[in-house]
Amino acid sequence: MNYRRSYFIVTCIAFGFAFLYVPILSMVVFSFNASKLVTVWDSANSPTLKWYYSLLHNEEILDAAWISLKVGVINASGSVILGTLAGFGLARFTKFRGRFTLNAMTTAPLVMPEVITGLSLLLLFVALEQTIGWPAGRGITTMTIGHMTFSMAYVTVVVQSRLASFDSALEEAAMDLGARPLKVFFVITLPIIFPAILSGWLLAFTLSWDDLVISSFTSGPGSSTLPMVVFSKVRLGVSPEINVLATLTISVVTLMIVGVSFWMARASRLERAAA
Amino acid sequence: MKTTSRLQRFGITGRGLVVALPYLWLLLFFVVPFVIVLKISFSDIDLAIPPYKPLFEWLGKNSLAIKLNFDNYAFLFTDSLYLNALLNSIKVAFISTLLCLLIGYPMAYGIARSKPSTRNILLLLVILPFWTSLLLRVYAWIGLLKANGVINNLLIWFGTIHEPLTLLYTPFAMYVGIVYSYLPFMILPLYANLEKMDWTLLEAAEDLGCRPYQAFYKITLPLSRNGMLAGSMLVFIPAVGEFVIPALLGGPNALMIGRVLWDEFFSNRAWPVASAVAILLLAILVPFMMWYQSVQARESAGAR
Amino acid sequence: MSISTGAVKAAPWNDPGARPYVQVERITKSFGDFKAVDDVSLKIYKGEIFCLLGASGCGKTTLLRMLGGFETPSSGRIFIDGEDMTGVPPYERPVNMMFQSYALFPHMNVEQNVAFGLKQDRVPKAEIAERVATMLDLVKLGSFAKRKPHQLSGGQKQRVALARSLVKRPKLLLLDEPLGALDKKLREHTQFELISLQDQLGVTFVVVTHDQEEAMTLASRIGVMNQGEIVQAGTPSEIYEFPSSKFVADFVGSVNIFEGKLIEDEPEYVRIASEELGGTIYVSHGISAAPEAAVWAAVRPEKVFMSTARPEGIDNVVRGAVQDIAYLGDLSIYLVKLSTGKVVRVTQPNTSRHAEAITWDQQVYLTWDPSSPVVVTR
Repeated sequence: MNYRRSYFIVTCIAFGFAFLYVPILSMVVFSFNASKLVTVWDSANSPTLKWYYSLLHNEEILDAAWISLKVGVINASGSVILGTLAGFGLARFTKFRGRFTLNAMTTAPLVMPEVITGLSLLLLFVALEQTIGWPAGRGITTMTIGHMTFSMAYVTVVVQSRLASFDSALEEAAMDLGARPLKVFFVITLPIIFPAILSGWLLAFTLSWDDLVISSFTSGPGSSTLPMVVFSKVRLGVSPEINVLATLTISVVTLMIVGVSFWMARASRLERAAA
Repeated sequence: MKTTSRLQRFGITGRGLVVALPYLWLLLFFVVPFVIVLKISFSDIDLAIPPYKPLFEWLGKNSLAIKLNFDNYAFLFTDSLYLNALLNSIKVAFISTLLCLLIGYPMAYGIARSKPSTRNILLLLVILPFWTSLLLRVYAWIGLLKANGVINNLLIWFGTIHEPLTLLYTPFAMYVGIVYSYLPFMILPLYANLEKMDWTLLEAAEDLGCRPYQAFYKITLPLSRNGMLAGSMLVFIPAVGEFVIPALLGGPNALMIGRVLWDEFFSNRAWPVASAVAILLLAILVPFMMWYQSVQARESAGAR
Repeated sequence: MSISTGAVKAAPWNDPGARPYVQVERITKSFGDFKAVDDVSLKIYKGEIFCLLGASGCGKTTLLRMLGGFETPSSGRIFIDGEDMTGVPPYERPVNMMFQSYALFPHMNVEQNVAFGLKQDRVPKAEIAERVATMLDLVKLGSFAKRKPHQLSGGQKQRVALARSLVKRPKLLLLDEPLGALDKKLREHTQFELISLQDQLGVTFVVVTHDQEEAMTLASRIGVMNQGEIVQAGTPSEIYEFPSSKFVADFVGSVNIFEGKLIEDEPEYVRIASEELGGTIYVSHGISAAPEAAVWAAVRPEKVFMSTARPEGIDNVVRGAVQDIAYLGDLSIYLVKLSTGKVVRVTQPNTSRHAEAITWDQQVYLTWDPSSPVVVTR
């Protein structure tokens, strides 16, 4: 392919990425600013780690982070199971009763505004509580159920598209050699699509960790998640501790993504060398 | 010989079990809630917990009274606040989608045409912001746009202006926020579509006498239509109901329907009205969602 | 021409008392209104290499998949070694398949791939190890046991796929376009390897291919398929020398077909008048056809003699001008245009390095032995 470099395109890309990253970088820089005003650089006392210290001792934020973590892990694990089942069904079974509905139900959450999903879930929980007594009040359980409902849609898309590019001859070959369909799934399909499932897990976890709107609707007293706490702080304006939180989040995500990429590149390099 | 036949007599197949679990889950936690929202949009507000009156009432032995209160909908249409909010939301979402398209298309195109090694890095850079919290990234703009924020400080420092510009809590800030947050959602489907393109088509066109720009308009652009539509839907539909960005960046005058819904629900505790707003919003968005579905189906059918 | 394997030197298909190993009885497979396989019946005998030959879309792969259990027939039955296997799923059939894409499990090494089928049968570990090692040695991949599929070349992958399907000692081995992905030299080499392997193990093969050269080399018998039907089944020489229809004559190898009318129909000979040819064709064997019927005479290019001097006789002689020559090294193909406008294809081996070559536009006479034409009625 002719990799013609167009100056117009290169400029667009440069500006585009600058647009995406300047705000992030500014947050990181100002997390080291001693001034409480955040964006007015206090050169006398900066750079400083005092806000880092303050954040890591902030009970409210730490409690909220812990709740977000719990909800995130349970949500991701549950979503992966539901999403893999749905993704597998949609990719492999060309015709079954309810296929159209299942397809619609797994793509709608991807575009639906969260206020609508959040409102509807809350009203469901209230109605359920009235009729059958469960769930008793909103809290971590209802939040997790709400998160799982929209996360599984994303996992379905990831798994479904991975299976679409998966040579079904592999599954046929395994059956031909004597393995029953269930065994084929666990011994052949699952190990091969495992990276997709893992990225689905990470996607579901991130969506849950960052979610504000659905969490606000479906949470109860004492179950505030990290985004909910951040939002209440941020409504009033800037806060240096939030800058610190942002820096920490970005660092963790960057390390993870860079780490995974390096690990995958290394693995393929090793395999090529062994050939 | 057939071990599945015993279960099949009960109408249970292996395949059925696989899809049953996600199907039932979504039915219960995604579809049923919408029915409930519809139901409540027809009920009266009540000073109770929950703050609405029941829809059904048993009167004696064999009669059931169903009270459908259309007041909530009437209220929406008579009070100009809601219609304005709705129209404004659609307008904002539409313009934001166009902006995302204008900024995102060259980026997606550039990434799709770059060398595989560069491409992976660029893609990673596009996806990275997506993994970091939306809330925090929107917060970043507060720091940039406020009166003593980074942009104003820089402009004053350079001497371009003497008084800080009002950037925050304006429609401008809201557009910046929405475009900023949704840009990856435009770039990724566009990239996926452009990456599958057969670039030799452009070479054939040039061989037949087409200039590069003409080749782009006549070949690349039409072939990327599905990618553009998919990206636009992924931006437009959620943006209409967007709440966080107008709340943090838009200021009190940024009238968006998502915010209206939130306020009705949390501040006014007017659950029936909020439900009516939700139903109205859904009614407007469902055609777009179905359009998105059909674009996706066409794309996957073409790929096969 | 094929090398007849030891197991089929007896030609069991000619013996009415022989019991077929695989019997396909009136199998039809429809997808909606489209009939992919239309009322096909076949008898395949133990130890054969049976090739299903046809163009894409003729239904050969669908038929193969039905033998393997990956598709269920819409009607009809399949018997393997006397047992009714219609509708039996692939994991319960004593049949194994070698897939066109090889379908090697990427997350397992060569050894594990080959052992997979034996593990499903719960064969004891020691026996698995022994059988896998033997099979790998047989396909000459003994030192590659620990490699992963992506570290193998195309030819090596194919041998692993072969080993994997043969290690279970299936009653029937199905091969889907086995040589399609290999280059020419490797293809020839692998053809002979396949035959020798089959001979050693005595497994019955059913091969699907669109390459007639492959079919002719491998097969003990060929089934030519067109639009879901088997139009002719027979040994390669039968198919080539005695095609039953224009389609088969034209599909396998090249052929010259002259349309004509029967003017003399005797038990020992027939004479055909052909306008296309601009002459008469005398065939030295009888045929069964209605009197004055429209028939077609098929003459293979290698059986046409070309000369500058006019041969004797009235029948089977025609004159034309050389229109095109294709030099292929071992032989040359000549396209000769007759006065009627018909173009005849003639192949001649280049037996001499300094031949007085026949050149373009040269006037030549074409003739053939009376036993060479095959007369078909459809």
